[in-house]
Amino acid sequence: MTDRPHLAVIGAGPAGLAATVAAAAHGVRVTLLDSAAAAGGQFYRQPAAELRARRPQALHHDWGTWERLRGGLDTHVKAGSVRHLTDHHVWFVERRADRFTVHALLGPEQEDPVAVHADAVLLATGGYEKVLPFPGWTLPGVLTAGGAQAMLKGALAVSGRTAVVAGTGPLLLPVATGLAAAGVEIAALVESADPKAFVRRSRALAAQPGKLAEGAGYAAQLLRRRVRTFTRHTVVEAHGTERLEAVTVAALDGAGRVRPGTGRRIPCDTLAVGHGMLPHTDLAETLGCRLDGMNVQVDGEQRTDVPGVWAAGETTGIGGSALALAEGHIAGRSAAARLAGHAPDPREWAAAAKSRNRLREFAAALDSVYAPPAHWTEQITDDTVVCRCEEVTGSAIREAVTELGAGDVRTVKLLTRAGMGWCQGRMCAPAVAGLAGCRLAPSRRPFARPVPLGVLAHEHTHPTERGSS
Amino acid sequence: MTSPLDLAQAHPRPAFTVTLDGRETEALPGQTVAAALWAAGVTSWRTTRGAGRPRGVFCGIGVCFDCLVTVNDRPNQRACLVPLQPGDAIRTQEGTGHDD
Repeated sequence: MTDRPHLAVIGAGPAGLAATVAAAAHGVRVTLLDSAAAAGGQFYRQPAAELRARRPQALHHDWGTWERLRGGLDTHVKAGSVRHLTDHHVWFVERRADRFTVHALLGPEQEDPVAVHADAVLLATGGYEKVLPFPGWTLPGVLTAGGAQAMLKGALAVSGRTAVVAGTGPLLLPVATGLAAAGVEIAALVESADPKAFVRRSRALAAQPGKLAEGAGYAAQLLRRRVRTFTRHTVVEAHGTERLEAVTVAALDGAGRVRPGTGRRIPCDTLAVGHGMLPHTDLAETLGCRLDGMNVQVDGEQRTDVPGVWAAGETTGIGGSALALAEGHIAGRSAAARLAGHAPDPREWAAAAKSRNRLREFAAALDSVYAPPAHWTEQITDDTVVCRCEEVTGSAIREAVTELGAGDVRTVKLLTRAGMGWCQGRMCAPAVAGLAGCRLAPSRRPFARPVPLGVLAHEHTHPTERGSS
Repeated sequence: MTSPLDLAQAHPRPAFTVTLDGRETEALPGQTVAAALWAAGVTSWRTTRGAGRPRGVFCGIGVCFDCLVTVNDRPNQRACLVPLQPGDAIRTQEGTGHDD
């Protein structure tokens, strides 16, 4: 067993699971590391085992796919070809010659270090949600759309009785229907995209009838529950003093500006808001992998430009779970062949490659349709907190840009502390880039998560080694 | 009214007691700090270092660090990630969480 090549897969969402199963089925020993207590990632996030949910599928789409993935994982774990390390928060992957060391902290406390050695690494680190600021977005009761879904799927918890779901993107529909099924009244679904844009891209979208049917299914559920849906509308303010009490929603004009006089106040105790997703690329960046815009660049085999490093799923570009499965499968097959010392035959994964092409086209079409309002920065008033960690306001960032000449996110950070806090700019960087008038660029963070100084200090003296081969 | 627990047909073992700022409240086995506090109607458990404003869950997946809370005298725990144990003492975190 131990003389077989060893692949470390980071992330147990759809991409990482597909990759793990594919690689293990083709003779590779796999260590699957994930920060959660159970496999699934964000998309297939499962209720905590202790909650003993008999019907978790009520919270999920495409449950059959999950059962196949979980079954495949269980089979390989039992056979000894896969080791699944839960509660492992990976903060750094080190490459020395042709060997890799994956450094993780054990959760949930994240103080004790652990290291895993491998011959190759497959990054399936997923993504996180982008939220653009508006007045009141820091009030308790305002959370990301994905956060509302994560709390529902993982903890079987909702924050209130009446919610508004707002922003833009394909995530809003399942979040609204999920909350509604869990007993939350959805006071409004607010989408800034223009339905006409869907018509203009109808050919590319219709090429994925399954995906369209999924969307139509959510829309039908909302209709049945009589949820008010506003398209070409945006939330302009969240109201409340100690917690959310209402939102004001307004119409957008053809240029993407708020139409004066169209605001309407909607009482609610929860606002689930999101404006799309961003990929987690920290581990790839420190490994030196080339990025294409915000995404890890990969070739047809899902290889990065760093030898021995593969990437699959949202980290290579936001495209959803079906695309992540196809990419993960291809990455796992390629890694298995390459680790066995031969070039793979792409015909072996022709079906996955075909769906990868189609789903990438579909994702590009969706991306062109779902867009935040063109003039969203106008919603950021001078006293709107933009950097949630360091409490840096819109006026401070504008002063850095207009008075002090900052033209990029890093300079704004040095002048204002925006992006210098706990989240390391993950939440505010898109807004800061918008206010600075520059493109959002990768951040080049040295570590993927906060690391105790004691761990760094002892890194060279007490390497806790697991999985060396 | 439907609840998420009903929807998923969850049958957790009996609730246990934890405290929030010294007051007793109940939590279900498997619940995170954030989930138990939501169930108790609490949406904020931190005040910011600068303006002293209330914060609670924002990203829900451990990325934003807005839901920081003090559990058993350990400050800066992410409420959305940390599961509760019987008897845990949750404290609203003020500022850095270290008594200034």
